[in-house]
This record gives sequence, structure tokens and C-alpha cells, in this order.
Amino acid sequence: MNKIVIERFSLQYADGTESLRNINLTIREKAITVLFGPAGGGKSSLLRCFNRLNDLADLKTVDGRILLDGQDILDPKMDVISLRRKVGMVFARPVVLPMSIRQNICYGLEVMGEKRRAKLDEAVERSLKQSALWDEVKDRLDDPAIALSGGQQQRLCLARSLALEPEVLLLDEPTSGLDPISTSKVEESLQALKQNYTVVLVPHSVQQAARTADYAAFFLQGELIECGEGKNLFTTPADKRTEDYVTGRFG
Amino acid sequence: MKRAFSLDRNLSQRLGFGLASLIAVMTVTPIVIVIIYIIYQGGGAISWEFLSGFPHDGMRQGGIFPAIIGTFYLTMGTAAFSVPLGIAAAIYLSEYAAENWLTRLIRLAIINLSGIPSVVYGLFGLGLFVFFLQFGTSILSASLTLSIMTLPVIISTSEEALRSVPQSFRTVSISLGATRWQTIQRIVLPEALPGIITGVILGLERAAGETAPILFTGAAFFLPQLPGSPFDATMALPYHLFVISTQVPEMPFQVQYGTALVLLSFVLVMNLIATVIRSRARARRQW
Repeated sequence: MNKIVIERFSLQYADGTESLRNINLTIREKAITVLFGPAGGGKSSLLRCFNRLNDLADLKTVDGRILLDGQDILDPKMDVISLRRKVGMVFARPVVLPMSIRQNICYGLEVMGEKRRAKLDEAVERSLKQSALWDEVKDRLDDPAIALSGGQQQRLCLARSLALEPEVLLLDEPTSGLDPISTSKVEESLQALKQNYTVVLVPHSVQQAARTADYAAFFLQGELIECGEGKNLFTTPADKRTEDYVTGRFG
Repeated sequence: MKRAFSLDRNLSQRLGFGLASLIAVMTVTPIVIVIIYIIYQGGGAISWEFLSGFPHDGMRQGGIFPAIIGTFYLTMGTAAFSVPLGIAAAIYLSEYAAENWLTRLIRLAIINLSGIPSVVYGLFGLGLFVFFLQFGTSILSASLTLSIMTLPVIISTSEEALRSVPQSFRTVSISLGATRWQTIQRIVLPEALPGIITGVILGLERAAGETAPILFTGAAFFLPQLPGSPFDATMALPYHLFVISTQVPEMPFQVQYGTALVLLSFVLVMNLIATVIRSRARARRQW
């Protein structure tokens, strides 16, 4: 099933730095889709459009359509609050909010008006188990989140998104600041999560892209060069530029 | 040759350090002398009667209670207007306003407002609040006048405090489905609060010690009873000090310095509160 359909999508920043040109891409449900390529290719910008976080950026033009379950999310009349509940996001640098571990996870539910203690407790336990953090923090949920290690903080950020039970999970280089052990924990979580979630990942290396991708899309300087199933794209790329990048000849 | 050069460097380092220390001590010395002198001259005047009694014998005897209470009322009145307004303006400037000519104009106005001499505020308050709005010479008029004078301080320090909250907190909060206002309420304001409180206290402290803005708008030379409503005039510490130092012949020195000591303590205690809040917040902050 197609979860997100991107049609003739273009984007330009006001300062002219980065842009995306005429992107057509389909993102499958309940699979990991990897958007990869050299820095400045527009992957993160595209990711930030999926939950309309691009609203915070200074954009000159946004053109085309991005359909989530058939509904155009770029429509100005779109209810962005409920969109962001459906489309969760994890950032490159773990940013824990200045509060306890528990409060970090409950934050999203609370701003949506959830007050029932039982519901919140259930969400805390479920999401921490999903992000493989529960055993490490279950006895100190009321400690400040900032006291966690970097790897734990990033898994907390993942849990915080999962607490909202989103349909789509966006990850923007989620392991760029993490050690190899934390990285593999996050990647393991993603493999488990794709059973229930549509995962869109901007990986921090080609190796990670190859390891995790069910589907992959290669971006170069604002253009989508090639997309397809991960196992084909990384072994037998159709485009010379994809091949050069995947084999490490540039990038 | 090389040895002489390295000795030179050591010498100049010691000279520079010594000079900087000397200047640092010199800047603190006058403040310490002023405080010690006022305590020395006025300390003897401080008694329960002085703090809780009314002045009598043409203010040469008795206490300064009405002036203390008056300054307290004026400070509270100023806070009531300038704090909500100032914080709201700071939130608008930091969280909502786009960078355009209007916000630049507002910022320019704020900077210029803080440069206006306080006596001009007094005259403005006289025209607007006392006469035009017919609040009369009253606590209300004086508080409003002091509020306008205090606003720039509160706005600029609060805006600074709000801006120092990392942008990433806002992005994360928004990405979790919070509205802008929820983000401000739940994340930005609590984080900025210590800085805001410090700014508020510094602003109010200045208002508490000002004479010129209340001179025409609310301060009374002498009142036989305490003000009963915001529409009454009031005695106030800074103005009382001015009066007994210049307008009353054969005034005992001790009473003047005693009054100065009370005013100084009022301001220093507020300063102390601001410092405590700031240092406690700094210890708690971990990002």
C-alpha cells in the first residue's frame, strides 16, 4: 500500500541555499524507506515537509502535492496539529525537553488534552519498550531526562514520538551523534517498528542506508536520481551517479 | 636577549593584572563607602518608632512609616501595570513578530524610551494621567507614570531571556503537535522565567527609587493619614528624602540618613532577591 505520494514537488528557500526540483516519489506503508545522498541534497527538507515543520522555515516557494492517505498535506487548510500527531519525527541531535523522562514522553499526549493517568502510564511503558529503553530507565522515570546518556536521550526522543502512536515515523539522521552500540539498538528498534509504522529514514551513512532500507531513494543536489527496492538499488543501481555514490567514489 | 624578552612578558603580565585589579577595587570602593557612610550616619535613627510611626514636629521628629508604605504601594502599582504588559510585549517580539519594519520600529522605540530623562516621564504623566484622564495627583497616576518608565527595561530583559531558550525546544514541541501558544506556556516561559523575574525586579527597583516621575503625579509633601484608595496621593521614600533634605530647615542629619538607609535597604533587598533567583536558576539549568 502507498502511504505517502509525492507529486511534482518543488521547494526553494528564501535565501536560495537549498532546493528540491520536481520530485515524484511513493513511500510504502509499513516499510523502511531511506532517503540518502550527499549533504545538501534536500533530503531533510523533504522530510520536514511530511509533518509541515517546513512552516517554521523561511521558504520562497513550495509547489506540487504531497498526499498522505490521499489527502494533500500542503493544503493551507490542513489541520497541522493532527497531522503532526500522525507523523512523528526524530531529529539528528537528541533534544530532550527540560523536564523528567516521564514528562518528556507524556508531553505530546498532554498538549492534546490527555489527562488520564492510566493512559499516560500505559503510553510511557509501551513507547519505552518499543525504543528499547524501558529496562534502563523504568526505576527512574521521574529523573531529569538530561541526565541520560546521548544514546539513551535519542531513544527517549524516539519513545516520545511513539507515545503518540503515529502512523508515519520520520527520522533525520537519528544516529549521527551516537556510538556504534546505541546505533545498532536504534536500528534494531526500527526493524521491529516497521511491522506497524511507515518509517522514513535519512541515514547518516551509505552503510546504514544499505543495512536498513526496504526501499531507497537517492537524492543529489535537489533532484531525485533513482528510487526502488533497497536490495536492487544498492547492488545493481541503474544510474551511473547512484553507482558512484554507493560504491564510495564520491560523497 | 631571549631571557630579557621573557622577563618582559612576565613583568607586563604582572603589571596588567595588577592594574586591572586596582581598577576593579577602585570601582567598588565608592559604593562601599557610600553604604558604610549611610549606615554610620543613619543607623542610629533606625528604631521601631522610626519605621512604624508618623512624622511630627514639621517632620523633624517621629517616623517615616507613611513614606515606606507609599513606596510599597507605588512599587506594587507599577508592577501591576508594567509586568503583564512588559512580558506580553516581550513574548510578542520574541515569539510571534516577524522581522520587518514594524518590529524594528518597536525595538527602536523601546531603546529610545529607556533613554528619556525621568523628569520628562513625570511631566508626561502629569499631562496624561493627572489632567487629561483626570486621575488627579494619585497613586494611580504615579504608578502609571512609573510603569511607562519601567516598561522598556522589563521588555528588553524579558525578550533577551525568551530568546536565550534554545530554538530546538520550540521545534521539538511543535513537532509533537503542540501549538505555538502551548509551546510558549509549557516550555519557553518556564525556562525564561528566572531571567524575566530578574528583569522585572531590576525595573521595579529603579521605579521604587525615582523621585522625578512621582513629583508631579502622586507624591505628597506631608499627609496626616495613610492613603485610602488608589486615587489618593501618597508620601514616598525618595520624595520624602528630597523634602527633608531641602525643604525643611533645621532638619536633624540623622533622620535624613536614616531615611536614605531605609530606601537603600528597600532597593538592596530587591537586588538580593533578583541575584538569588538568578543563581538558583543557573545552578538548575543543565542544557
